Amino acid sequence: MKYDIVIIGGGPAGLAAAVAAYDAGSRSILILERDDKLGGILNQCIHNGFGLHTFKEELTGPEYAERFIDQVIERGIEYKLLTMVLAISGDKVITAMNKIDGLFTIEAGAIVLAMGCRERSRGALNIPGFRPAGIYSAGTAQRLVNMEGYMPGRKVVILGSGDIGLIMARRMTLEGAKVQVVAELMPYSGGLKRNIVQCLDDFGIPLKLSHTVVNIEGKERVSGVTIARVDDKNKPIPGTEEHYDCDTLLLSVGLIPENELSRGMGVEINPVTNGPRVNESLETSIPGVFAAGNVLHVHDLVDYVSEEAASAGRAAVAFVEAGGREEARNEIPITFEGGPRYTVPVAIDPKFVGDSLTIRFRVGGVMRDRRVKLILDGDEVVKRRRQVMAPGEMEEIKLTRDMLDKHPDLKTIHIKVEEA
Amino acid sequence: MEKINLTCINCPLGCPVQVTMDGGEIVEITGYTCPRGEQYARKEVTNPTRIVTSSVLVYGSQSGAVTVSCKTKSDVPKGKIFDVVAALKGVALPAPVHTGDVVVSNVAGTGVDMIATKTVK
Repeated sequence: MKYDIVIIGGGPAGLAAAVAAYDAGSRSILILERDDKLGGILNQCIHNGFGLHTFKEELTGPEYAERFIDQVIERGIEYKLLTMVLAISGDKVITAMNKIDGLFTIEAGAIVLAMGCRERSRGALNIPGFRPAGIYSAGTAQRLVNMEGYMPGRKVVILGSGDIGLIMARRMTLEGAKVQVVAELMPYSGGLKRNIVQCLDDFGIPLKLSHTVVNIEGKERVSGVTIARVDDKNKPIPGTEEHYDCDTLLLSVGLIPENELSRGMGVEINPVTNGPRVNESLETSIPGVFAAGNVLHVHDLVDYVSEEAASAGRAAVAFVEAGGREEARNEIPITFEGGPRYTVPVAIDPKFVGDSLTIRFRVGGVMRDRRVKLILDGDEVVKRRRQVMAPGEMEEIKLTRDMLDKHPDLKTIHIKVEEA
Repeated sequence: MEKINLTCINCPLGCPVQVTMDGGEIVEITGYTCPRGEQYARKEVTNPTRIVTSSVLVYGSQSGAVTVSCKTKSDVPKGKIFDVVAALKGVALPAPVHTGDVVVSNVAGTGVDMIATKTVK
């Protein structure tokens, strides 16, 4: 098998990349998806709030997915479901398997990595205590309730205030469970403000910041958990323990881009995001291999996943049309100070930037009254006032062609966050 | 006089807004830092509404799906959320169900239909 563009993953990123690649002229596109349907995690995100930026209306996850799935089907883009990619070689040969084709290989002209992310598990947290049934990641509970029609438990404690945990606090409350508390290790929530108000405040569920679970009780099934306040080094403070009787503990403690395949093929990974290091074309350290969506860095809003993935799809087409290798690159690394923990992309070759390029980043802590500056060779081309910046909300800054054209011999691209 | 504390959801700032009410009348709104904050607080204390999302059972699906997701077609009063969800108990639809199909009409007497948000074949 041979395709110009192979997309690994049929979730929101993969779908948007495929549609954009088709619209950019490619007629040799294949999407590989391990689940039995397209749409990825959106299928279980039945709450609303998706698509405000893209469609100017509030859709649920399945509705948002359906709009893109319809576009894929209308265009006749090929896809294989229930297909597991086992490995990708550095020269873009994909080894995959499914029940129909067996074990097979595909030669790809370009690849878009769109595998998404997975949840951090209890094992990553080192919570002491027994290992009884009743401990779920928030996403697993979401799948059980929304798709399988099962309730994982009746009396619930949630650790972590990521958006999925907040959404599940509301969902399980509506289905008759008693959600007693959401404990968050950090002094701020990792979730969106609207979710705190509409999923916790609406139902009187307390959010305890700077708290963590210090013990899980129960032999066969969870019977209770103990939470405690933590100090500024995240160490539990003796004497602050509170016990909750419960049968279920949900974990919403972070998402990790799923890059086993990327690592296996030798793509360089950014240790801050756990996603590939990419340039302005969202191209990884391997030419012709692109990445977008949550496999690249974890997003808050699917709208931005779709937007990012569409650029990756178009870049993949440009790569194939250029015969598999672009001209020599002159990459300028993006440097930053005063707040950002990372940027996507990590470096830019100005000659490959189209009309504009969105640089996305997250800050490391909650900051008020800041000014964000984009500085090209000392020239402040963007200056923006931000009343508040928080790790839970991704920031973006637009670099335009005009700005680059005014600096033909550009040497440095710098993002500075400073007190306003 | 009653004081209601709210968190504005219009932006990440999340301003703490306090509304002073007297017998259903707004006396004072404080704490907001932009006009959107005031509007939000006004609506939240006079007529708070939400879209309610849930899922109901389906049977006879070719794809093996056992549930179909659904939502209120428009927002309903916040106080009706639990009634809406309760009205979905015991609802089971035969497949196929298409996005937009009415799952329960005039759900919990809100005048709003519950509609499917997924196509299940």
